[in-house]
Amino acid sequence: MKSSQIANLIRSLLRQPQSALGTLLVLFFLLPALFGPQLAPYANPNDQSHDARQPPTLDIGALQLGEYPFGTDRLGRDVYSRVILGASSIFRIAGLGTLVSVVLGSALGLFMGYAGGWVDEILGRVIDALLAIPALLLALVLVGIIRNLDFAAGSWQAGLADNVVLLVISALYIPIVARVARSATLDIKTREFVEAAEIRGESKLYIIFREIMPSVIPSLVVEASLRFSYAIFLVASLGFLGFGARPPSPDWGLMVNENRGGFYQLTPWALEFPALAIAVLVIAVNLMSDGIRRSVQKGA
Amino acid sequence: MLHFLRRRFIFFFFTYLLSSLMIFLLLRVLPGDPARVIAGGREATEAQVEEIRDQLGLNAAMPQQYLTWLGDFLRGEWGETIAFRGARNRQLISERAVNSARLAAVALLLSVPISLVLGVIAGLSENKLPDILISLLTLSVVSLPEFVTGLFLINIVALRWGRGALAEALGWWFPSSSAVPANASFSEMLPALWLPAIAATLVLLAYISRLTRAGVIEELKRDYVRTAALKGIAWRTVIWRHVLRNALLPTITVIAISITWLISGLVVIEVVFGFPGLGSLLIAAIERRDLLLVQAIVMVTVTIILFANLFADMAYALLNPRVRLE
Amino acid sequence: MSAAAPLLNVDKLTISYRIKRDWIPAVRDFRLRLGPGQIVGLVGESGSGKSTVALALMRYLSGNGRVESGGLLEFAGEDLLAKSNVDMRRLWSKRIKFVPQNAGAALNPSIKIGRQVTEVLKAADGIEGKAATDAMIDMFHQVNLVDPERVAERYPHELSGGMQQRVTIAMALISNPDLLIMDEPTTGLDVTTEAVILDLVRGLIADRHTGVIYITHNLGVVAQLCERVLVLYAGEIMEEADAHDLFQHPHHPYTRGLINSVPKPGQSKYQARLQSISGNPPALTQQASACVFADRCPLAIDRCRTEKPPLERLPAARLARCHRWEEVDAVAQPPSKSPPIAMGGDLPTSASDITPLPSLWGKGPGDGGATTLMRVSDLSKQFPVAATLREALRRVKPTPIRAVDGVDLQLRAGQTLGLVGESGSGKTTLARLIIGLEQRSSGKLELLGLDVRNSVRERSPDVLSHLQMVFQNPQNSLNPYLSARQAIRRPLIKLRGLPPDAADAEALALLERVNLRAEYAERYPDELSGGEKQRVAIARAFASDPALIICDEPVSALDVSVQSAVLNLLAQLQEAHSSAYLFISHDLSVVGYLADTLAVMYLGQICEVGEARELFQPPYHPYTEALVSAIPVADPGHKTERILLSDNLPSAQNLPSGCRFHTRCPRKIGVVCEQEAPPWREGGASHRIRCHIPLDELTTLQSDLVAADLAPAAEDS
Repeated sequence: MKSSQIANLIRSLLRQPQSALGTLLVLFFLLPALFGPQLAPYANPNDQSHDARQPPTLDIGALQLGEYPFGTDRLGRDVYSRVILGASSIFRIAGLGTLVSVVLGSALGLFMGYAGGWVDEILGRVIDALLAIPALLLALVLVGIIRNLDFAAGSWQAGLADNVVLLVISALYIPIVARVARSATLDIKTREFVEAAEIRGESKLYIIFREIMPSVIPSLVVEASLRFSYAIFLVASLGFLGFGARPPSPDWGLMVNENRGGFYQLTPWALEFPALAIAVLVIAVNLMSDGIRRSVQKGA
Repeated sequence: MLHFLRRRFIFFFFTYLLSSLMIFLLLRVLPGDPARVIAGGREATEAQVEEIRDQLGLNAAMPQQYLTWLGDFLRGEWGETIAFRGARNRQLISERAVNSARLAAVALLLSVPISLVLGVIAGLSENKLPDILISLLTLSVVSLPEFVTGLFLINIVALRWGRGALAEALGWWFPSSSAVPANASFSEMLPALWLPAIAATLVLLAYISRLTRAGVIEELKRDYVRTAALKGIAWRTVIWRHVLRNALLPTITVIAISITWLISGLVVIEVVFGFPGLGSLLIAAIERRDLLLVQAIVMVTVTIILFANLFADMAYALLNPRVRLE
Repeated sequence: MSAAAPLLNVDKLTISYRIKRDWIPAVRDFRLRLGPGQIVGLVGESGSGKSTVALALMRYLSGNGRVESGGLLEFAGEDLLAKSNVDMRRLWSKRIKFVPQNAGAALNPSIKIGRQVTEVLKAADGIEGKAATDAMIDMFHQVNLVDPERVAERYPHELSGGMQQRVTIAMALISNPDLLIMDEPTTGLDVTTEAVILDLVRGLIADRHTGVIYITHNLGVVAQLCERVLVLYAGEIMEEADAHDLFQHPHHPYTRGLINSVPKPGQSKYQARLQSISGNPPALTQQASACVFADRCPLAIDRCRTEKPPLERLPAARLARCHRWEEVDAVAQPPSKSPPIAMGGDLPTSASDITPLPSLWGKGPGDGGATTLMRVSDLSKQFPVAATLREALRRVKPTPIRAVDGVDLQLRAGQTLGLVGESGSGKTTLARLIIGLEQRSSGKLELLGLDVRNSVRERSPDVLSHLQMVFQNPQNSLNPYLSARQAIRRPLIKLRGLPPDAADAEALALLERVNLRAEYAERYPDELSGGEKQRVAIARAFASDPALIICDEPVSALDVSVQSAVLNLLAQLQEAHSSAYLFISHDLSVVGYLADTLAVMYLGQICEVGEARELFQPPYHPYTEALVSAIPVADPGHKTERILLSDNLPSAQNLPSGCRFHTRCPRKIGVVCEQEAPPWREGGASHRIRCHIPLDELTTLQSDLVAADLAPAAEDS
């Protein structure tokens, strides 16, 4: 992508009201993700020193946060601090997972698309077969397996959970990105400027990275933004199902799970605020990635 | 046509074989000892582990293990469950699969017509108000994670709004828990199905309606639309007779692909609502490390998905003259 | 022309498009009068606004287009601009019809042809059922569709391009319309098919009182079909006149430039360079109080740049928008009669465009002294076909597609070998075999006496740098992410081994040689026009100083006015670098202009080879004869008896036995053509024809045809 294209992309993202709203909200969520410990009233998410089951003191009309803006949960933890501190893990896992899968997936897809022949045929079939297993099922099975391995070896640690999810998301999305990169490559590969490079006797690597890749990047940008929104969705769902972060981590999905059922009657806010955070973030990322898709496709 | 079908069948078998191989490998070849996992981890004695290894045929060569396993699966011999003592996997899975299928059927019946209508309206009014509203709707509420919408339905719709006079009317229709007995009949289960089905409907709504919208917009740009309009027939007729015929045809495959999505969504929804389906069974099976049950459930899902795609492609080929007479 | 009751009366029509927030007038001050039974041609290059006019006349502009108020658009005395949509729909259903370009896309892919045609009758007159079917079958007979009942049961994709276009014409004429607007109906079809369709249109219109507006970029088509012609440029009418007057005495420099840009059949680079129009059409948004053509006009004076010329009424019912129209007429020569060499002195302002060729041009046509550069022997390419189910069950190997089948060719250093044929003849595959982008199935390829390896990957750097290619589509032949300089410097580094600094300097020098100023060096393809892109591609091909450049339809995607400049450039560079060309085109005049030797290809085989001028004279191979006769010559006085071929090209998978051409050959002599492969017949030094008919017999048969018209031009050399 040329720098002018990136500038155009940002400009058109901000021009449409929906995508501008989405982008600004995502940026807003980045604040707690980056500066969580500084922004949270209580930097320790497991600080149980507060009175349990305090209702939220947030007063939107008066623009006042109060002592416990989102209330406290049944263990006496400040929900507001936990929500703020939970932002970083969802961004880190979804963001890194997207990055890893886009980088590796596009390298794989470019290679498959350009090489063609039996390599492409076999890898393509493997990807098809992988994609026949629903993403969440595969993620659950993978997380389950990795946990079991650790369990068998007796070395399961709570801190590893995040990395397991990150690994699973990357593994899950590599074939999907590869497929997108492959079909974009197949399209570009037949263009005459690629043939002109072949006629010059350029090496395969030169052709893939210098001639083809720049033209594939716009569709990869769209795919990356789409992957990011699915990744956030998946991280939250895995957390909720108990296959992501482990207690007492302030993971939003996990917080929702811990406070549902009978506990909901007791402290509805402990479920509602993390759920709301997930909802707003997912909507924001959706609006932004839809905006990216629109403006890239319009520019193409 | 024959050519297409033949290729499609070969593709089906190949993918099926590869998928099953991957499921097999995932659960058996990854580092670690499945027999030890099944036996209960570190605490298990070497003798216990060895016994399970024998039971599972883990001492045979790998290709032979795979073939035996696949053959067993295809014959319906899915082994005995460890997690649910006393039951056979096949009986357990088929009971739960029926329940999930009921849920999926209600969700499809609700979502396909609604999303087609929304998609067509959005496509016909590209970038105008109805389109913007529908796209906002599908990008926001409809694409929330299933557990968020599910909990909203339970806690707000069923519990909070369900109090008082409204509850009398709605109470029967929208119970807050869907934890019905697994072997309940369809009519017994129906009241418990509504809320989870609505949550599942939302999963599909966004996907199908957006692809429908894209299809309508693409077809509207084609030259034949101008040809039809310049015949002097009403615009309504142009849309119904010419545009929708071409725009809606690919929806068959879209619906088949969306089944993959639906299955992911059902796992979460069944957990949220405590519904006795295949998804909640899978979670339980993974948590209790019942490898054979997990394998069987994933194989059943993959079989359903691949068959759905195969049938959709065949239907598409039958209905599309461009493929049909190839 | 019945001026009293015009069928269509258009005046002061301005059509605008919305670009972002502004309405930009794309077509300005358009006027037109059309009587019943009259055919008016509307000629323009891409971006001239001709299709916009077509849709505006139909009152079918898209949502971002509108007709500005103050204009007049009357159909049979009724104001179309005041009509409601319902009224328009009634007119569209019966009285006003439209024939689109690209019939394949204009038909609904999932509805049978019959239903699509009868739908018109239902809308027009409420005719349904048996009556409608009968009317349709009758109409299909009139447009010469073979086996109409079966065609009606087909889907559009099962018909050939020519048949699809017949169907759209049938759909338009079946309601007996008063007005027919045809928007490039033959663009994209092969010349032979085009000739058939034009003949059909002419015949059908003659029988009715339908007024026709025929829109095209092809001057030849207009000259052959229309009584009156409007020339459109950058949204304005430049000139309007009766066809004969227009082509004989153009009153606008643009018209004259266009006419002279097109090589006449048989015209050769050895006579003179083509006249061309320099520069590019103005951008839509850039409107000035100047003549829109001033920037490119050889006659432009200061007044042209400050004062917009009005559309003036001239004698002989002509109109022109030019301050200096009288001078254009004074200096213009009847284009086809005098060789362009003579024009160099007549037009001082455009001398640079029409440089006479220097005498040191070297080898003339037919100079046998040059060494053989490339020799292709018995070259073949088969594409495997996947087996059908039946074949697979019976273990029958499916017949492969024989795209190129035993081709022998020779090319001398510094000369041009032209290759012509319809689409599907295998000419592009042949080019790709030679360049190494496809692997040959059998046969031999020698370059400079060296045996050339099959695939481009196995070829030595020496062979690579001596064999380069210019592609058809300028849009795709440059990498959108590389500037012009970057595109050209790469082969300099890679193939000539220049260090980066020297490569940059040389890249600039090459840009200059293709007449692009230094400021173009840092431009990206999306900042270049089609012609400029093709120049960069040509510079890139010349960068390695190759001995042979394969040009695959290098000008067919370009506008006429740009095309001639690129052809001139190719001729000029060839002279400077003494490179040889293998020049491929479907356009016989274009190939003939540049080629020393010509080869005609049909279904994978060469059917005639000879010196370029020999190809335009009898004896012809019957296929060449049909191709030559089908050329739409931009001269209404040029009346030829067309040889109309059926537009049914046999499939390359199921090739006809005997002579490949026998299924379409108008000179077929009997079963021998169906059973035996024809022999090569030698006529003269290098002229060879593959036919069962002896050459002298062919000459006698063909002497009274097209040749008479074309021979003088060819003999001038």
